[in-house]
Order: sequence, then structure tokens, then C-alpha cells
Amino acid sequence: MTTPAPSTPTATEQLTMLRLMARIRHFEQKLAELFKRGELPGFVHLYLGEEAVAVGACTALRDGDKITSTHRGHGHLIAKGATVNRMMAELFGRADGYCRGKGGSMHIVSFDLGIMGTNGIVGGGIPIGTGAAWGDKYLGRDSVTVVFFGDGASNQGVFFESMNLAAIWKLPVIFVCENNGYSEWTPTERLTAGKIHERGMPMGIPGALVDGNDVEAVFGAVSQAAQRARAGEGPSLIEAVTYRWHGHNEGEEVFAGEYRPQEEQDHWRSREPVAPYARTLIDRGVLTADEWETLDREESDAVDGAVEFARASPFPDADEALMHVFTEV
Amino acid sequence: MAVIAETKTVTETKQRQTYFVKAMQEAIAAAMREDPNVVVLGEDVERSVIGATRGLLDEFGPERLRNTPISEQAFVGAAIGAAAAGMRPVVDMMIGAFFYVSMDQLASQAAKLPYMSGGQIHLPITYFTATGPSGGGAAQHSENLHPMLMNVAGLKIVMPSTPYDAKGLMYSAIKDPNPVVYLQDHVLGGTKGPVPREIYSIPIGVADVKRPGADVTVVAIGATVPKALNSAAELEDDGISVEVVDPRTIVPLDIDTILESVERTGRLVVVDNARITGSAASEIAASVCERGFDLLKTAPVRVAWPDTPVPFSAPLERRVVVQQEDITSAVRTVVRR
Repeated sequence: MTTPAPSTPTATEQLTMLRLMARIRHFEQKLAELFKRGELPGFVHLYLGEEAVAVGACTALRDGDKITSTHRGHGHLIAKGATVNRMMAELFGRADGYCRGKGGSMHIVSFDLGIMGTNGIVGGGIPIGTGAAWGDKYLGRDSVTVVFFGDGASNQGVFFESMNLAAIWKLPVIFVCENNGYSEWTPTERLTAGKIHERGMPMGIPGALVDGNDVEAVFGAVSQAAQRARAGEGPSLIEAVTYRWHGHNEGEEVFAGEYRPQEEQDHWRSREPVAPYARTLIDRGVLTADEWETLDREESDAVDGAVEFARASPFPDADEALMHVFTEV
Repeated sequence: MAVIAETKTVTETKQRQTYFVKAMQEAIAAAMREDPNVVVLGEDVERSVIGATRGLLDEFGPERLRNTPISEQAFVGAAIGAAAAGMRPVVDMMIGAFFYVSMDQLASQAAKLPYMSGGQIHLPITYFTATGPSGGGAAQHSENLHPMLMNVAGLKIVMPSTPYDAKGLMYSAIKDPNPVVYLQDHVLGGTKGPVPREIYSIPIGVADVKRPGADVTVVAIGATVPKALNSAAELEDDGISVEVVDPRTIVPLDIDTILESVERTGRLVVVDNARITGSAASEIAASVCERGFDLLKTAPVRVAWPDTPVPFSAPLERRVVVQQEDITSAVRTVVRR
């Protein structure tokens, strides 16, 4: 038996990735259901169909590495180790949520896990993650930061500014663009010149184009970028091509109408990332069909449990609204 | 633990005189010597156009004095990530209006992340800049952002008016665990005053009575403080005794010191170096009316800019920006009533 190259996941990592993808899938499906029933307040942007990007990227990271996330961030958080109980509680605005109900879907932070936050502003996390990488480098840590952002955010000026800063300072940052085809409600190809993964090339930032529905391809690309970053060689850009099964946000049908061709949706559903990966692992003998069924049910049950946990969690005291504006001196 | 000195005891003794920006620079240097994680970044901080970081390169080197690209969003945001990671960034925004370029990172990210995270993240960042009219700066180099930023929630805002306060408040800003916006009024940068050589801090959120008086309280902010003091001296000849209160900090605002002064004088003029609508002067006047209506003998008067951009040509700029005679005239008005 040969030692796997760093860009190939071990059997344990493969199982972890399958489990995390199943967890995200069930979590997001549950949210869609809860939203329809009117049980979820606020804006909800689902990650269904994109599970392989977050899971492949975060499994390639170590403890102590950081991520910044987006408005479509539940998958990133689960992949980086956030518990479904505390995430669900946050989405319900309850005291047991990661931010005690102050953040909600678009602002979940778990600093201890290296999760610097989902973000309600498109592109808002890009310079923050770049700065975190600078901080870690300055403080002599051997860690990297993955900056997740979407194809829409690739047209924000701050993306270019941050790549430039990361390049001149050789920062250990990995820019992971999840190209899910739509910038809000408009096809990204109508809004975007050239290829996103080539946008760092004039700055000397290597760009990789990967199948975002292939969790091992994402894992491999991020592993290589992380290796490069830890070796002091600077930033990388990875464009992971995937597809958003749901709309920009839940409930959009009241105004958005149909804007994605049915054939396109069918095509991407047929290329979905989770079940085919389970079949691959079964074929490889990493787990049996029964074990996959059990794993999938465990994750589904865990999400049901998270809903119960969230419903049972108390609302925070209303006066907590006035806390944490400032850190006490 | 730094020494907290009182302005009055210092001005009474013979002190070394130095420039406002030099006082800022001394505080930055002291904080950098004490803590290797204090790092300055911004456009041309090595040379330092305004002067607050000039000369620091030799001592601290380019790792700790980092010239950034002209990318305000990127470096205002990078300071957030770096602070969360454990650094204590000091960001030079050079000119106040450049904050507008970075507004998402300042207002939606730096100001809000600690709150949105339920207190998990602390962001010890100092954002300093030269602001306000400077004589021909025109509309894009004369802005004062404190009225806008005081409504953001999550940003402390300091605005010193003397070299002494400039040093102590800069030191406090860098030591503070929160994002602090430090506004150095352009025209004060070259003013001189007594500044001890040793380091000291002035607590954020504490106002200073710059001149005691009995008939009228004049609350003045930033560059309007010396104008208010000159006005007070002028009015003394006419037998009008003016108390000048300098809040020094806009957020949090020391309204108690202002109310105590109004309790003594019964009259209030609030002077701001900004457009009048939604100004800090408006907020102060409203707070005094709300909490101290019975202390007032007459309605307060605000002295601030008309709601126009700051024009270029000297007589036009003069027409907009608060002048000493505007303050004098406002004081006479409230005394006559």
C-alpha cells in the first residue's frame, strides 16, 4: 500500500466527506421545508447542489486554518465543523445559536472553529480573509485561510484589490470561487468577462478550474493550494464550477418567476455530488451499501434533532440586543 | 499601566512644545514599542503625507510599517481579519473622504462583526485620518465623517483638538479592544502645544472643560475648539463669561460633563465642524434638551456648516466653514435672549 499523495483523500477523509455532504444536504432540505412552513425568519440562501465545494475544500484544511464565507454559507460552516444544533438554533434566533441569535443565517460566526463568518455583503469577506492570512503569517502560524465567494462576487472590485494585496505580500490565502452559474437572478456569463479562474494570472496567482461537483477534485485542488500557501509561495485561485439547485433565496418565486431552463436544472440534478460519491465509495470498498444507508439516516435524524433542539432553545433575553456593540475595556 | 494625566495640570507646568501630528506619532511609536503586534498600514505610511507615521520606518521596518496599494476596501478589510487573528492594526486612511471608498468594510464589517458574532470577535483596530477643511481642499478632501459614522453603531470616534489630547487619545485608541476612528482635523496637524515626552493615555469617552465660564456653555468639536477659545477670549472683554467644553470623543459621548456645564451656565451653543443636518451638534443639542430642558434658560443654538459640499475658492470655503465670528455671534444671541 502506498502513501497517498497529499492531494488524494485517505479512506477516512473520503468517509468524512461523504458524511459532511449528506449532513449539508439534509440540513438544507430541512431549511427549505421550514421556510415553506413559515418557520424560518429572514433571508435564507440554500447550498443544495454545491455541497462538494465546501466539503472538498474544508476537508483539505487543518485545525487552526480559517475560512470566510458568504450569504450562502451553511455548507461551509458544517464542513468546517459547526454543529447542526447550534446552527439551527441560530437560524431560529435562539439563545443556543452560535451568535445567540444576533447573526442569523448570513452572519454565523464560530471563531473557535476558524469560521470568521458568513457574510451578508457579496464579496464582503474577501479582504477579511486576506487580512486573517496576513495576521497568521505575521504571527508566525503555519495556517492558511480559504476565502469562499461566488461568481457574483468575482465582479466586485474588492476581489481584485484583495488578490493584488495577497500576491504582493505572498499571503497564505486560497480564493475559492463557487461558480454556481447565477449572480442573484442573472446568468453569470452575461455579466462576467473572461474566465474567473484566470483573473489572478496577471498578478502571478495560479488559477485552477475544477469540477465543483467532484468532491475529490476540489479536495485535491485546495490541498495543493494549501501546500503552496504553507510553503510561503502565496495565494491561489480556484474556480469550482457547480450549480445552485434552488433560487437565489427561498421564497423568490413570488417575484422572480422562471429564469433557469428546465433542461439546465435537470442536467445538473443528474450530476448531483452526494449519491454518486456514495456509490463510488461503495465500489471502492470504503463502505457498504448498508453502511451508507445508515450514515445517511443518521445525518437525517441529526438534522431532525437539530430542529427539536432549536425549537426547545429559549429566545435570548430582549436586552441582549444592547450587548456586544462594544467590547468592554 | 499608563499614566492618566489631566490637561490642566500639564498646561500649567512648563512643558515641551510639539506639533499635533508629532504627538500622534509619539503615541503610535510608544504602542509599537510595547506590543510587536501593533502594525501600521495604509497608503505611503513610510513617508506619511500628513506626518503621523513619518520617521517610524527606521525603527520598525517595512514589516510593521506597511505601504499598501491604493485599495481602501482591501486594507480596511484586511485590518479586520488581521485584528481577529490577533494583531492590533493601526490604519492610516490619509484623507477622511477616502473612508467612503471603504464604507462596506468600515460600516458593515468592522463595526458590525463583533456584534453579529455575539461578542466572539474583538477588533482592536485604529483607523486614523486627516479630515475637515484645510484651505482649498475642496469637496472631496474636506469631509468630516463623524456625524455619519456616529450613526453606524460599533465604531468609537475620537476627535482631539490639542496636541496633548492627540497623543493620549491615540494611545488609548490603539489599546482599545474596539474599532476606533481617530479623526485629526487637517488644520490642527501643524498646531503646537505642550506634550509630555512620556507616554500617557486619555480615556475615550471623557470630555474636557477647556475653559471655565459662567454665562454660556460652548461645546466645540475638533478644529472649532481653538476658534471657540478665541471667541471666549473676545467675549470676555464684553463681560460675557464662556465655558468651552471639548467632548474629545464623539462616540461614546460624555453627555454628563456637558449637562453639568449647562447646569452652571443655563445656555448652550454647540459648534461642529460638519454640515448641520444630522451633525454631532444636532445630537448634543437634542440630548441636552431631552435630559436637561429645565437647566436651559433659552433654546440652544447650533453653529455648523450649511448643507453644501465644501467649495474650493477661499471666500467660498470661508462662507461654508464655521468662523470665530459665527461662534461669537451665536453666543451673543443666546445671552441676549
